[in-house]
Amino acid sequence: MNKHKFEDLDVDKFLAPENQKRSVIAPDGSIVEVDPLKDYFCQDRPEVLKPKNGPVEKFLNWARAESLWVLGFGTGCGSIEIPPLVTPRFDMYRYGVQMRPTPRQSNVFIISGYLSVKTLKRAIRSYEQMPSPKYIIALGSCTINGGMYWDSYNTINRLDHYMPVDVYIAGCMPRPEALLAGFGKLKELIKAGKAEKANEYAENFDWYKANQKKIIKDWNMPDYNW
Amino acid sequence: MKDLIKDIESRFEVSDYIQKLDHLAFVTVEKEQAIALVTYLRDYRKFTSLTLLTAVDWLEDGVFQLTYLLNNPSELTEIGVRVMIDRENASMESAHHLWENMMTYQRELREMFGIDFPGSPRINEDFILEGWGDLPPYRRDFDTKVYSEETYFPRPGRQSNDPATYMKSKMYPNE
Amino acid sequence: MDYSITKFLWTLLGLFIVTNWGMLMSSTMRRIGARVSGRIGIPWYQPWVDLVKLYSLRTQLTHGTMFYIGPVFRLMGGVGMFLFLPMVFGNPIWSNYSFSGDLVLILYFQFFGMLGMALGAGEGGQPYSAIGISRGLSQFTTIEVPMTLAVISIAIQYHTLSISEIVAAQQGGITTWTLWTNPLATAAAMLSLLGAFGHSPFNLVKAPNEIPIGPPTEFHGTFLGVLRTNSAILHVAEAALFMNLFFGGATSWFELIIKTFLIYFWSVFVGTVFPRFRIEQSVRWFLKVPTIIGILAIIIFL
Repeated sequence: MNKHKFEDLDVDKFLAPENQKRSVIAPDGSIVEVDPLKDYFCQDRPEVLKPKNGPVEKFLNWARAESLWVLGFGTGCGSIEIPPLVTPRFDMYRYGVQMRPTPRQSNVFIISGYLSVKTLKRAIRSYEQMPSPKYIIALGSCTINGGMYWDSYNTINRLDHYMPVDVYIAGCMPRPEALLAGFGKLKELIKAGKAEKANEYAENFDWYKANQKKIIKDWNMPDYNW
Repeated sequence: MKDLIKDIESRFEVSDYIQKLDHLAFVTVEKEQAIALVTYLRDYRKFTSLTLLTAVDWLEDGVFQLTYLLNNPSELTEIGVRVMIDRENASMESAHHLWENMMTYQRELREMFGIDFPGSPRINEDFILEGWGDLPPYRRDFDTKVYSEETYFPRPGRQSNDPATYMKSKMYPNE
Repeated sequence: MDYSITKFLWTLLGLFIVTNWGMLMSSTMRRIGARVSGRIGIPWYQPWVDLVKLYSLRTQLTHGTMFYIGPVFRLMGGVGMFLFLPMVFGNPIWSNYSFSGDLVLILYFQFFGMLGMALGAGEGGQPYSAIGISRGLSQFTTIEVPMTLAVISIAIQYHTLSISEIVAAQQGGITTWTLWTNPLATAAAMLSLLGAFGHSPFNLVKAPNEIPIGPPTEFHGTFLGVLRTNSAILHVAEAALFMNLFFGGATSWFELIIKTFLIYFWSVFVGTVFPRFRIEQSVRWFLKVPTIIGILAIIIFL
């Protein structure tokens, strides 16, 4: 009855056609081997990037804390709590928090609620594409212990086994005020130099990847998505 | 609605029939006749719209119950065609030629219940779950709690109570 | 010190002032926009903090040579426009490197950054960048039509292509401004200015929430920092160009600041009122009323 067993899992069959290994005939007639996963993506592991010393890093951390760019990525029911932040009532722009539509330009990733395995895969890709230093805010109890979906067959229970979390906001659902308080807490951590979770991710890269690959069974992407 | 049921009974072997509402009835037919009945309802009785195709797992009886829910937009009536199919090697005749969206329902049932629809397009492609390797999750013999505890690193310290006994001890402690 | 070196240093100082004024102006305009929708908006120093953060990111990656050169080209568009634009009239230091044919060169520099951006963003490989670029180039081509017609009209009116001489001809009160002496050309140019600044009815190049942010989708860190620096310079330079051509130029930095602010405010004012056009609406809009006004402005002075 099973469509494919985990034991005889062949990674290639999950690959989209344009990502399969193939040979292409170049304009001059020679045959070129193309392996898109290696050629189009950089597979290098992330490195631990040491902070600069002393007052310089302190000043940079102040700037990072006052300019938090949030990736517009909603994962669960909590994503409905983010849009009120740009309304006159909550107005997060006052605190230097702005929304960005692309992972390349954002520093903060709000995991807003439960994460199904399918979404976790996309969330990991987006997180790894963000430039370091980057921070994760886990919103709602689903990210802490699974919340009301704790025994579901396809939502994860503990986010910190798959991605490094800086700030947790408990509740189901937390109100936008709680989210603003979470931003305040994140600012404190950054200014104190304690928000170095991107480096922690690089240090424990193998552990995180093992956990991710345990549940993402159709792993059809590079190990680290630059 | 009565005329319709009489008409159906005269043409097909109806083993069970329930009138739920004035405009809603369910008929149970044999597996071999189900698609013929659905086609007849669509082509001759104006049930032109497929509301849904869904399945119920009757674990104790060893059967899956498929329900083709059809809608008649001109008379505002609905009829559900129920089919019982064997749970072992569950397989059903495909009806993707009747409605385009039937294909998607059949893919979903294939993935969530493991019911095969031979000949339906893209039936073996992943529908929602990606790379699922265990029992189909909507089958009742799939224990979602055990699967979750084995797979998703449960955070220790979670307590849960049986709602009936817990509420009784809270609200009527003396009884 | 040698005069050319002194002049160069003064020009750099002018560039510094213009950059900071541009950033302050953009944050002020965003605050105004926020007040319109009932919010408080960003702090006035937010652009500088953003810049520091962008330049201090630890990881950055590139997609190839053009990906580096794209933002540099864009910055060259803004800086080049500033270099050949007389900022303060009657002051040889703040006239920068303006010369007798500078108007043509500046019109070219307006387009130059756009082309560089197209090359760089194309190398990023983002599909949304490609959509943004194709929109941007087609829109800017149509923006150029009324703007060029207005410039030709002014050139016929003043018999010169030197911005300094055009400003000199406008000295002596509001009745000698081009706004008064050639209102048709001013109208055509001010309508095309709306598109050049890219505020709301015509913000379909970056189009937030539609194609994420268009061409700069892949740019991050220092690349984006360069782009933001350029947009600050470009906005002031563009407003200063219109100030010189139509509103009598400026005889002091204070006058420049007031006039550029008001010219920039004109596009923000329109932008807070109108929703976004689609690309075919935008192209048609520029080719109808502004173009007709521009043609009339030429016919009158022939």
